[in-house]
Formats: sequence, structure tokens, C-alpha cells
Amino acid sequence: MTAVVVVVLALALGTYLFRLAGVVLAGRITLPAYLRRLLPLATVALLAALAVTAALTEAGRAAGVARPAGVLVGVILAWRRAPFAVVVVAAAATAAGLRLLGVP
Amino acid sequence: MRAIWRTIDPGLWRDAAAIGVAIFAIGVSFGAIAAAARLPGWAVVAMSVLVFAGGAQFLAVGLLAAGSPAGAILGGLLLNARHLPFGFAVAEVVGPRWPARLVGSHLLVDESVAFAMAQSQPERRRRAYWLTGAVLFGAWNAGTGLGVALGAAVADPAAFGLDAAFPAGLLALLLPSLRDPAARRVAVVGAGVALLATPVLPAGVPVLLALSGLAAAGLRRRGDPDRREAPA
Repeated sequence: MTAVVVVVLALALGTYLFRLAGVVLAGRITLPAYLRRLLPLATVALLAALAVTAALTEAGRAAGVARPAGVLVGVILAWRRAPFAVVVVAAAATAAGLRLLGVP
Repeated sequence: MRAIWRTIDPGLWRDAAAIGVAIFAIGVSFGAIAAAARLPGWAVVAMSVLVFAGGAQFLAVGLLAAGSPAGAILGGLLLNARHLPFGFAVAEVVGPRWPARLVGSHLLVDESVAFAMAQSQPERRRRAYWLTGAVLFGAWNAGTGLGVALGAAVADPAAFGLDAAFPAGLLALLLPSLRDPAARRVAVVGAGVALLATPVLPAGVPVLLALSGLAAAGLRRRGDPDRREAPA
């Protein structure tokens, strides 16, 4: 419980300071070009890693079949430009349906 | 401030409403997933109000659920560091007055920045920024609240496939950025490193190790003639 509160407050404060610093310090400091390029890519690296590990692993081990299958269905739909809500519901429904059939 | 709302044309309202609906749907899934991870509902809602950054919130909830609060803070702040250069970009839009700066900074998210910068005139930019920021803030928090209520009502998240909804939603959000070849290389290498490290390293660390994927970005091409040197 305490950990959750600390995480929320630390993220809130840090994020707000990043935003405010950018707005207030604009024109007074410039970021080096490589940092301007790397920051958005760092976002991609972290989110891709989170998504893939969450799709394929559970507590450090393989996550079975139903979950990756559901994620795969969602990704295919997203690839075909389906709305976000459709992607999420289809992924959940696929995994839930497979589990109903006894697939781990 | 009231003059801003009166002078917004229907096109801006329509675009802002479309983004708002999309963000509402993402907020619902965020709230449901966080509640399904057994985080207290009030903390999830507080996170959406106070942090107001979707990617970092998904990352933080994922790492908290895995038992790594330190990773959640570190990863979330790394994600949100990109808001610093975004702040440079919208500083003129927000203006020099401190009340506007203090409130406007909190409304700074990927979509409000992109939406504002897409407008051609300064006045339209200002309206677009405040309108999108306010609509997104309302939609994100309303969505989170509804999602928390739905997620808390689910006794067994796995039976409803919520564990599959989380990565699928994240990947759907990520897909547009992957059109850039450098981003694609970074994503593949980063995710691969994290996946290989997951069985052997404590929770949270593998995801942070994905930053090593940045080495695949190909920064040797930094000297490209098309690099932008204008102050952002």
C-alpha cells in the first residue's frame, strides 16, 4: 500500500517538474540533438519491453498459450487499424474463450 | 479564459471530441487493468489525476504488479522525460503568465502537444492546446474511474482475459511509432533483451534493460543534413 502511494507521488511530482521545466526554460536551454532523438525512442523501448514481457511471461516463466494468443489477435486487429476498444476487448475475449475450453 | 471556449470553431471541437473518446476507452482499460492487478482504486484514480500520462501509468502499474516499485518510478520518469522537450515546443502557446504556466504544464501530453502544433496560426494553436488538454484530462480521468469500478467487480481477472488485454492495448498504442525504422529496431532489440533477462533477473530490471535497445537506433546518422537545429 505504502509502495503504491510513494510511486504515485514520485511519478506525479517528477512528471510535473519535467513539464513545467520545459515550459519555463524554453529558449534558455537547448537539449543536444542526440537527446531530442533518444527520448522518444526510450519510450518505445520501455513500452515494447513491457508489452512483450507481459504478453509472454508470468512471474519469470512462460505465460501459457491463452494469453499470447489473445495478444496476437489484438495486435492483428490493431495492425488492421481496428479501434482501440475493439483491440482490447478482442484480446481479452480470445484469452477468456480459450481458457473456457481448457487451454492454459 | 471564457473567450477561448466561445471562439473555438466546430472543427476543433469535433477533433477534440474524437481524441477524447479514444482516450476515454484507453482510460477505461487502464483503470480495469490496474484494479485487476489489485491496486487500491483510490490510488489508481489519484495516479490518473496527478500523473496524467498514459504510457508511464501503464508501465508503473505493470511494474508495481510485478513487485518492483523502484522500477515503476524509474521507468515512469524515464518515459516522461520526453515532456521536457515537449514543454519547449508549447511554451509560446502556454504564454508567460504564471497561472497559465502552472495549469497548462499539467495538461501537457503527447496528444495536446501534437494537436496544438498541427495548427497554423498562434491563436488557433492556443485554443487547440487548452481545448485538447482539458478534454483529454476529463476523458482520461472519467475513463479511469469507470475502469476501476468495472475491474474491481471482476473476481478472477484471468477468466475475463484481462491479462491479455493489457499487452494488446500497449502494443496497439505503440504501433504508430513503429513506422519509423529506427524505432522498430529499438523496440525489437529492447523487447528481446527484456524477454531473455526475465527468467534470471528480478522484476522490473528486465524492462529497464530494454533501454540497451537504443544502441540499435543508428545514431551514427546523427550528422544527417536534415537534422533539425532550430530551437524546438
